[in-house]
Amino acid sequence: MELLFTDDQLAFQESVRGFLQKECEPERLRKLWETESGRSPEFWAKLAEMGILGMTAPEEHGGLGMNEVDLVLVLEEIGRAALAAPVAETVAVGVPLLAACGSPALQAEWIPKVVAGEAALSFGHADTPFVHDAHVADLLLLHAGGRTDSDIAVHAVPRGDVTLVHEPGNDPAGRLYRVEWQPSPETRIATGAVAGTALALAFDRAALAAAAQLVGIAQQLVDLAAHYATQREQFGRPIGSFQAIKHMLASVQVRVEFARPVLYRAAWTVAEDTAERMVAVSHAKAAAAEAAILAARTALQVHGAIGYTWEVDLHIWMKRAWALDVAWGTRLWHRARIGRAVLDDSAAPSFGYSARA
Amino acid sequence: MDLTFTPEEDAFRREARGWLEAHVPAKPLPSMDTAEGFAAHRAWERTLNDGRWAMVSWPEAYGGRGVNLIEWLIFEEEYFRAGAPGRVNQNGIFLLGPTLMDYGTDAQKARHLPRMAAGEDVWAQGWSEPNAGSDMAAIRATARLDGDHYVLNGQKTWCSRAVFADWIFCIFRTDPESQRHRGLTFILVPLDAEGVKVRPIAQLDGETGFAEVFFDDVHVPVENRLGDEGAGWRVAMATAGFERGLMLRSPARFQSTAARLVALYKDEAEQADPALRDAVVRAWMDAEAYCLNTYRTVSRLMSGGSIGAEASLNKIFWSELDVHMHETALSLLEARGQLLPHAPDAGNVGRWLDGYLFSLAGPIYAGTNEIQRNVIAERLLGLPKA
Repeated sequence: MELLFTDDQLAFQESVRGFLQKECEPERLRKLWETESGRSPEFWAKLAEMGILGMTAPEEHGGLGMNEVDLVLVLEEIGRAALAAPVAETVAVGVPLLAACGSPALQAEWIPKVVAGEAALSFGHADTPFVHDAHVADLLLLHAGGRTDSDIAVHAVPRGDVTLVHEPGNDPAGRLYRVEWQPSPETRIATGAVAGTALALAFDRAALAAAAQLVGIAQQLVDLAAHYATQREQFGRPIGSFQAIKHMLASVQVRVEFARPVLYRAAWTVAEDTAERMVAVSHAKAAAAEAAILAARTALQVHGAIGYTWEVDLHIWMKRAWALDVAWGTRLWHRARIGRAVLDDSAAPSFGYSARA
Repeated sequence: MDLTFTPEEDAFRREARGWLEAHVPAKPLPSMDTAEGFAAHRAWERTLNDGRWAMVSWPEAYGGRGVNLIEWLIFEEEYFRAGAPGRVNQNGIFLLGPTLMDYGTDAQKARHLPRMAAGEDVWAQGWSEPNAGSDMAAIRATARLDGDHYVLNGQKTWCSRAVFADWIFCIFRTDPESQRHRGLTFILVPLDAEGVKVRPIAQLDGETGFAEVFFDDVHVPVENRLGDEGAGWRVAMATAGFERGLMLRSPARFQSTAARLVALYKDEAEQADPALRDAVVRAWMDAEAYCLNTYRTVSRLMSGGSIGAEASLNKIFWSELDVHMHETALSLLEARGQLLPHAPDAGNVGRWLDGYLFSLAGPIYAGTNEIQRNVIAERLLGLPKA
């Protein structure tokens, strides 16, 4: 029993943090908002160079063959940096789904391109109306049919074969699309129970990736507000010396800190695909979203009127928090899923406390 | 990261479970804040010690098993699952014990730790004074060095368990010229020493769980000092870290309450207000989060890390969780929630009311949650002092 990352995992997190701090300066992020795609191909190539795009790809396709425990800290940094690129869609969800369902030929065609930074993926699930970053995804992995084994399927559809309807959203860096498409036997890569299992796992991977980013965003919002509160003076002293400010921010830090171990445990249950996976992922998503939404609200209040402006960078993270909060299951949706497991079924086990002797 | 228990850890769990199943009293003991209940709880501590289960993480020389912190968590899980009695000597074993290990001389450790583990000496805590609560550095009770003795004068208050305890660990001002955190010294005092007067204070539930303690020219030998003269604040902060952080509030306590809340919800589900369902789920989630965070902290400690101001995050989280769980339970019980255990229709529900009153003390003792928020803001987030 050990709930701890290895020195290698922590060192990689450090180097990703340094890299993203340099590459994702707010001024650069704002310039991307003004571009049509909102994405930078040069930056995508740099992510490949860093090894981030190949993290979950099997080694036979040139990847690093890593799992969610390796990836979760990187996703946290991506949230902290408010990175505008489909890393979660491609690395956390797309590649594992393609590796689970795609034919050897399809995998050999696409995964090496992803590792090299020459292709991006995205994922559409029937439980969520939009596909993130579909406009830059070269291959879309889509849920077709209903929820039952008889008609459920996974399709891999090249972007050229779908129609995208852009749905502008509140996050200036976000790119949401409704995807119109026709399933065909040529694009179908899994059916029946295999498809059902893979789609449920892919949904949980997407929720886990959102949770990881939300924890990073929450910490960034607390840090921004704490920094502002040490600089801004009123009544002749920094506003951060007032308990009204201290106590608000301390309360947020409590929620952020206790979302972390829940997130890390969820990453482990996905990596190991244990029986507790769904409850653990829902817990992580609900706890991380709660921390991030509280952080956004509090950081805005600490900033006061200046935080309400377009000019100050705070809204970069606030809007990402609001967007991820409602992506891949709201807090209520995830708590309801936990409720079914804990209150209706034969009681989901408690960590440690329910261990069998 | 490996979130499975090793075969050795499983074996330890089996051994603890087996012993507890055979020894935990079938009926709950009377309240430890009555003379009869205190004696019964002390007897239970002796039983635990006879089985070498009193302080599993302590070295064998002091009555422990020398197990690691993961195994300590496993023991706690089994202890709460078994419904074993509360630890009457928690001030000693969880607070003073670890502090003695860090700051005590070999003679002090040998003198106090085995008797503490065996329940022969039950300890109370004497820090707060009428004018030194959250502002603990305002302590005025004095200790004057007189040859090989200290002479103690002054008053301590809110001393948990002091009504029936044998010893009390206190902080006194040894340098009369000193201000605030300087000039304080940590001293161990037998409660039967001449000049010590204990006056019980009835708590919210009417029982005398804490007391005022008066010192009138009380003489204690110099070897009762823990740490250096004038170093009392530093020693006390180490103790406070144990109180807020790891030892005193093992996660199983909250998971067992959450499990009882889930069971209560299932019993009441048909007539319960649907809004309470989400409150129960949140309680369960937070109890799990607290547990996972403790496993994370323990993993870090075992690989050479340390715990500092993070203990303040812990203290806020568990104390708010405990209040939330009991409030939710009382809401589920509706009008029956107000019944005392001996009311004809109380059945088994009185425990929730007791627990609720106790949970309300959580945000106050061990440093109020407002003090903890100051610590978090200043030491973890870098905000300026007032």
